[in-house]
Amino acid sequence: MKFSLNWLKDYLETEASLEEILVKLNAIGLEVDSVTNPADALAPFTVAEVLSAEKHPDADKLKVCRVSDGSEEMQIVCGAPNARAGIKVVLGRPGDYVPGLDVTLKKAKIRGVASNGMMCSAKELELGDDHDGIIELPADAPVGLSYVEYAGADNPVIDIEITPNRQDCLGVYGIARDLAAAGLGTLKALNVPKVDGSFDSDVLVSIDLDDDHASACTQFLGRKVTGVKNGPSPQWLQDRLKEIGQRPISALVDITNYITHDLGRPLHVYDAGKLTGNLLVRMADEGETFTALDDKNYTATGEECVIADDAGIQGFGGVIGGLETACDEATTDVVLEAALFDPVRTAFTGRDHGLITDARYRFERGVDPLFIRDGMEIASQMILDLCGGEASRVFEAGADTVWDRTVPFRSERVMTLGGVDLAASESIAILEKLGFTVEGDDPYTVSVPSWRCDIVGEPDLVEEILRIHGYDNIPSVALPATNHKAGTTLSPRQKRARTTKRRLASVGMHEAVTWSFMKREQALLFGGGGDDLVVSNPISSELDCMRPSILPNLMQAAQRNKDRGANGVALFEVGPVYLDDTEKGQLLVAAGLRAGVSERHWQRPSAAVSVFDAKRDALAALEAAGAPVGNVQVFTESADHYHPGRSGSLRLGPKNILAVFGELHPKTLKAMDVDAPMVGFEVYLDRIPAKRGKSAAKSALFVSKLQSVERDFAFLMDADKPAANLIRAVKGADKDHIVGVNVFDVYAGKGVPEGQTSIAVSVSLEPKGETFSDKDIEAISTRIIAAAEKAVGAVLRA
Amino acid sequence: MQDQISSLRSIIEDEVGAANDLAALEAVRVATLGKKGSVSGLMKGLGGMSPDERKTMGPLLNALKGEVATLIAARKAVLEDAALDARLKTERLDITLPVLDHPSGSVHPISQVMDEIAEIFAGLGFDVAEGPDLESDFHNFTALNIPPEHPARQDHDTFYLAPDANGDRKVLRTHTSPVQIRTMMSKEPPIRIIAPGRTYRSDSDATHTPMFHQVEGLVIDKDTHLGHLKGTLEAFLKAFFEVDAVTLRLRPSYFPFTEPSMEVDVQCSFDGGMVKIGDGNDWLEILGSGMVNTKVLEACDLDPTVYQGFAFGCGIDRLAMLKYGMNDLRAFFDADLNWLRHYGFRALDLPTIAGGLSR
Repeated sequence: MKFSLNWLKDYLETEASLEEILVKLNAIGLEVDSVTNPADALAPFTVAEVLSAEKHPDADKLKVCRVSDGSEEMQIVCGAPNARAGIKVVLGRPGDYVPGLDVTLKKAKIRGVASNGMMCSAKELELGDDHDGIIELPADAPVGLSYVEYAGADNPVIDIEITPNRQDCLGVYGIARDLAAAGLGTLKALNVPKVDGSFDSDVLVSIDLDDDHASACTQFLGRKVTGVKNGPSPQWLQDRLKEIGQRPISALVDITNYITHDLGRPLHVYDAGKLTGNLLVRMADEGETFTALDDKNYTATGEECVIADDAGIQGFGGVIGGLETACDEATTDVVLEAALFDPVRTAFTGRDHGLITDARYRFERGVDPLFIRDGMEIASQMILDLCGGEASRVFEAGADTVWDRTVPFRSERVMTLGGVDLAASESIAILEKLGFTVEGDDPYTVSVPSWRCDIVGEPDLVEEILRIHGYDNIPSVALPATNHKAGTTLSPRQKRARTTKRRLASVGMHEAVTWSFMKREQALLFGGGGDDLVVSNPISSELDCMRPSILPNLMQAAQRNKDRGANGVALFEVGPVYLDDTEKGQLLVAAGLRAGVSERHWQRPSAAVSVFDAKRDALAALEAAGAPVGNVQVFTESADHYHPGRSGSLRLGPKNILAVFGELHPKTLKAMDVDAPMVGFEVYLDRIPAKRGKSAAKSALFVSKLQSVERDFAFLMDADKPAANLIRAVKGADKDHIVGVNVFDVYAGKGVPEGQTSIAVSVSLEPKGETFSDKDIEAISTRIIAAAEKAVGAVLRA
Repeated sequence: MQDQISSLRSIIEDEVGAANDLAALEAVRVATLGKKGSVSGLMKGLGGMSPDERKTMGPLLNALKGEVATLIAARKAVLEDAALDARLKTERLDITLPVLDHPSGSVHPISQVMDEIAEIFAGLGFDVAEGPDLESDFHNFTALNIPPEHPARQDHDTFYLAPDANGDRKVLRTHTSPVQIRTMMSKEPPIRIIAPGRTYRSDSDATHTPMFHQVEGLVIDKDTHLGHLKGTLEAFLKAFFEVDAVTLRLRPSYFPFTEPSMEVDVQCSFDGGMVKIGDGNDWLEILGSGMVNTKVLEACDLDPTVYQGFAFGCGIDRLAMLKYGMNDLRAFFDADLNWLRHYGFRALDLPTIAGGLSR
């Protein structure tokens, strides 16, 4: 909402400075967005007089002028056809910035003649489009006066943001009323003329709405004005509209725009000569079309409230008028409309048709229902004043709104809700200044003025009182302490996410945060892309589906990094993936990706990332998240986006998949248009079982004092059998004594039969009771060898 | 005999001194103190002496034996040192060579700031609550007093999922406020929570991205008022920006889910393109807040004549940008390693009340 300081002062008698007004606007909730003052750009320019103008010796179209600014004379070369002796002009001197040219003036020589300034055109000063000649001021303009002062151009334009509840401030008058209530001056009474119509209009209106739609339009006032002349509106009106960025169109249209911004009262004028029969307020028929003032065709859905004549729709009520009955320069007879439209329907009509208009903006927020007759009178008088003609008596349909809203008010609520200890009398005084009336004893009965349809309850009144009293006067109070237990702020799930992030960062991976959505085509590659997860209105087709996995985003990110020259990329993200659109379908996943080849280094050969890196990362993440990694089983089954022979899953029991990991499938890499090698993992943090027991104490530590023993075994087994089975068998061969099994060599090739692998393990044995004898160890070894053979057909390597 | 001893001593002294390596020294030891050695030979002779002679010669020979042993040991230490020095000379490595770094990754500033916020509010007795990203219209709008026709809906630039069989369509939550609703519907007051998380709006420029992060705060009990809100926000911002004092400017505003509502600006300065919080002549809008609207309480089945409280919502990414000096929000989500290394945090930079919130 824009308005100029002068416009505000039409209604607000005040001595306050601009700065004070701005501070107060912010303080009462009318947030100042920007302030611009045309005077700032015009400040250096002065009223001057051309003393003489002679033809330039070397140029036919230039003149050499002697110009006086009252204190000194200077020579200026000027090309304007109207530059001549005796006229008053607007002078710019060397050093002055000319906004319309984006140039700072300098002393110059033009075709050999010195020129020490410039006489400006309207366009050069951004005062208009005229650049056929320099500005000629009236003969009585005082030479030497600053142009800003002469033209009264010191008129800052203030742009404020109006929150959706403050329709009453969508007119300058309402803003003045609020500032006056806040103690910044006196509100001038609004002058409402009484226009006596001299005849009955031949055009009438009726409202034809059934009970279900009766609220769409509850009142319609019309007035015919005949014999008007619709030319350009007077300069003051054009200036007002231009100040706030509106384009003057014609007197009739400018009048309705002016009243919309001045008083927050939208109106419409029809060219009566273009109307066919009477006006009818009704619901649109589905499929009905009309051309609106914006020159676009609209097809009604049937939910719009329209103003129609016998020829069809002439406007969407409260939103926009029709082109066919629009006023133009030839218009002589008009019908003026002031009506009341339902906020909800107006909002939907505007939204359904993508129409944002000043009228919709106000109606959907709820205009003052009792101001309709005053609005009609003020607009009628203005038309008569500016366009002439003769007014009819008002014709109407519907009824005046009954406005009797009251809200009960306990004065203590200013303290108990608002935190400000304010005497009841002060609260009441504030409400009364805002136009409320207060009756009875505490709790009071507060009558709400018709322009404040947003006030519905006691908290609204508290806000009004605080707003005017000043939010800055709310004292700061600390929240009382609670019996909040340390360490319970985060849920176990949140703690898991937190430690997992820090663990993965500590193994050299960088945390990324990537979009929750991705391209549907690619989501399909990762088991997603379901209809229920498609975004209907994506910001781009690349982001049209909720992600089923974090990996594709990380793969693309890794590729971007690679393209920028990085090698050995390691990224992770802990965030949501979506299996369906339900709450349970959103899983918290820690995913990581390693790509490329490690940097060359003299201490070790560079190596491509491998599935074992991903497995290691996954285990680190699981361990950090509190999973019982000792019990986790490795399965060779994973997910389709991984290499079938180089991927796996980590599970607790056969069904609970805690993590999948592996080399990305070559087809997935290709479809994603990224380079091999890439390995990744996905850990499902939600599936990790909760920690059992609440005690912080750990179980007692048992350390055997007896010497533990290590024995090595080298087994030969079929290469396609999982080593995990061998390890499990060895571990299980004597649970009482075997405390660790470590694979220290894996070999296939010369010396090992085709199709077999040699796996060497070192087994840690810990004695219970007494030290091992050779016999004891012999017995355990025999059990180990037997178990290995039974489980995977492994034989001890000779 | 005594002459013999003293001449032997001087001979042995010479031999020990002449032994240039450990093998030669060992030979001297065998030749003197060994079973058939010269000193051992003299010791053997003690048995054939008279008691008087033995009394005189015994201590002398024992002294000789001890002196020789000491001489050899001393020489041995010298030779060993020399041998070690010689070996060490051959073992030099160029320790100026660069080593492999221990792997060090980074934690994203958003995670870091979320941890900081949780830490501050933990001290004020708040829990951290969560809710789903894919929300029902009810939780995201209606229960928050934003009916379908409400002008505020247009400001939200909402992403929608395709409608289901019943015509209902989920939204990508436009704010973290639905977590308020979920909390109030599932938990009896008193309530103190913050709810950080991902939020979505269809918007994109240097300070807007289609996905961003917010943190919601909610306090519900019987007597919390606007003064508590102001006190809480001051405490939070002071702790977060690690300044001794913050000056807040509260501006009346409008949110459908709070009444009274206010926007909160913090005093700051913009010197040399960097924002400094705490003093200066400028104001920076930092969050929206207010007393929970009675209609919202009613939607959650809480009696508004009994319960009241405040709520606030704040952009986490924006807080991160202000505190750590990033100027383009889009880079947060680009996963560029240069950016992550520069703006990210070390794994061990865990914010704590005791150790400070920033690195």
